[in-house]
Amino acid sequence: MNDTSTAKTGLQSEAGAAMKQNRTAEGTVGEVYVDDPRMTCRNVDVYYGEKQAIFDVSLDVGKNQVISMIGPSGCGKSTFLRCLNRMNDTIDICRVTGQIKMDGQDIYDGGLDVVPLRASVGMVFQKPNPFPKSIYDNIAYGPRIHGLCDDKQHLDSIVEKSLQRAGLWEEVKDRLDQPGTGLSGGQQQRLCIARAIAVSPEVILMDEPCSALDPIATAKIEELIDELRENFTIAIVTHSMQQAARVSQRTAYFHLGKLIEVGETDQIFTSPRHKLTEDYITGRFG
Amino acid sequence: MHTSTLIILLLGLMSLAYYFGRKRSLSIVGGKIRDLHSLPSYYGLQTAMWCGIPALILLSLWISFEETVVTGIVVESLPQELQSLPPERLDLVLNDVRNLSKGDIVSSTVDQTMQQAADHYSSLMDISHMALFVVALSVAILAGLWARRTITREQRARNRVEKAINFFLLSSSTLAIFTTIGIVLSVLFESMRFFQQIPVTEFLFGLEWSPQTAIRPDQVGSSGVFGSVPLFAGTMLITLIAMIVAVPIGLMSAIYMAEYAGKRFRTLAKPVLEVLAGIPTVVYGFFAALTVAPFFRDMGTNIGLTVSSESALAAGVVMGIMIIPFVSSLSDDVINAVPQAMRDGAYGLGATRSETIRNVIIPAALPGIVGGVLLAVSRAIGETMIVVMAAGLSANLSANPLEAVTTVTVQIVTLLVGDQEFDSAKTLAAFALALVLFVITLALNMIALHIVRKYREQYE
Repeated sequence: MNDTSTAKTGLQSEAGAAMKQNRTAEGTVGEVYVDDPRMTCRNVDVYYGEKQAIFDVSLDVGKNQVISMIGPSGCGKSTFLRCLNRMNDTIDICRVTGQIKMDGQDIYDGGLDVVPLRASVGMVFQKPNPFPKSIYDNIAYGPRIHGLCDDKQHLDSIVEKSLQRAGLWEEVKDRLDQPGTGLSGGQQQRLCIARAIAVSPEVILMDEPCSALDPIATAKIEELIDELRENFTIAIVTHSMQQAARVSQRTAYFHLGKLIEVGETDQIFTSPRHKLTEDYITGRFG
Repeated sequence: MHTSTLIILLLGLMSLAYYFGRKRSLSIVGGKIRDLHSLPSYYGLQTAMWCGIPALILLSLWISFEETVVTGIVVESLPQELQSLPPERLDLVLNDVRNLSKGDIVSSTVDQTMQQAADHYSSLMDISHMALFVVALSVAILAGLWARRTITREQRARNRVEKAINFFLLSSSTLAIFTTIGIVLSVLFESMRFFQQIPVTEFLFGLEWSPQTAIRPDQVGSSGVFGSVPLFAGTMLITLIAMIVAVPIGLMSAIYMAEYAGKRFRTLAKPVLEVLAGIPTVVYGFFAALTVAPFFRDMGTNIGLTVSSESALAAGVVMGIMIIPFVSSLSDDVINAVPQAMRDGAYGLGATRSETIRNVIIPAALPGIVGGVLLAVSRAIGETMIVVMAAGLSANLSANPLEAVTTVTVQIVTLLVGDQEFDSAKTLAAFALALVLFVITLALNMIALHIVRKYREQYE
């Protein structure tokens, strides 16, 4: 991913041209393309064995933006999210077609190694899943396996910085050697976020990061997402429309494996263009 | 009349009682089941239980006391000089009387009094059997009829039947527990008798094992030395070798099965691995004694080592092979129990498969794996057949795996095989060994189960 600049400019002009269209060829309403994309997805189909889970989705993820994906259960939003760092590779029967590019580089290219990809596209899961190790080792795990630290001191500073950015440092700085599984649910989730940002990714994917948390912990995470936007690009799947409205700049609405509508978050929630989107956000189903 | 006939008759009566009880309950409400407190089958079951259970209890009590009572009566009728015999002699006479009445071989000559006593004994037994037959059947019929008569529409038959079932289940489980306690106590008491003859300290810390005791006072040599250290050392040596073989292979195959293997390979390889667990240990035993041990001996000779033909190495290696499926299936379960979220977390950070396994899955599964290994150790310690055939009998105190050593289980077998007096230190030593072995494996199992349980809680 060294010579991405040329590819990027190429994409930008292409995206700019497409912006003018209101309705894209794939049947999605709204602005699929953005001026300054970090990741671009074109005509993505996902199959689980014989069953197709995602139908022809095209979507851009803008730089230093939070994009939220909403929709009823089973609509494929998590599946789509997991395509972005090839987490679906771990499922044997899963097959992805179409094109997903990150900074101009096709991530499904046969020659691409998933290890650096996943280092640059981090992920936070629905349930906090700290490793059964100490808090310190949880954070240090990523930098260690990617060889990001030169010595102990450097590693210490990475751990401290990551915990600070995740807003957890003050709470755990005196007990870094205690197991990460001993923290509360909200703390564990912030630990997982810290773990993801410790390898300094460019994109962070969040798969319903607050669904297992209480309202106070949720508020903290949402605050954190807003701060992280400064340095990272974030794609978040959520079941809570209020959360989508609070944290994201763009919102994508999925329905039965299809991307129905994309747009500025304000616009989606105040004046949705598609009937299905309107029904969903006004609470008629889902 | 035979007891089994009686039992079959009782079962037949019970099914009749079920039928009539059920019918009665239905006729009370005129076929409207909803007016009954319980379903008709519960009334049937209740009647059948009343019919069968008291009679069966009576039957078992009768059979257990019949012999004593009848013998008592026979003794009463014996001539005075026989009655005043010392108890052991009287027992012998009574034994002869019983044998005579059954037509078996008798130890002494049959005289008039004996023959009379035997006839008396058999006629009493016949009367007792007949009486049992009549009493049991009438108890069954009367109780069944009574139970049938008491059926009303409000009678809470369901609750009573449930209570009875509860009691059956309870008594089955306590039976298992009491059997275990009984075995432990019997081992314990026999060991106490042993420790009255041989001091505990000598048994536990003695370095020499030579259990041959003189049978007659004029026999030469051997007063018997009962130091169990060489036996336990031998057991530990063989167990250690077995673990060195089984743990790495079992663990790695478990990792491969759980994390790498494709579906097709797993469906093929898992049953094959489980076949290994199904091979009888006696087969492993002669495999060790006839194939592996000579192989090691010849190989040793080729490179200039003296390997005894019953080496600890051969027994240990084969035992290790036997334990592989045990270790691998336990570890496989534990590795599979590590939540997928843990793997996702590591993959999501860009860890490779082997990094995930080494840094995340194995540490998470470690307590469970340790528990599984401890269970395997206790199995190896208690394993008998392989070592009886392949490990030899000489109680060497040696850490050299190429020499012959013996194990606790082998010695227990040799101590108790053959004609022995039961009260000599030699045979009683088997119980003492068994007791120590039992304590060791029990402790290992308890630790292992504790670890495994604690591990399970961690992810729930």
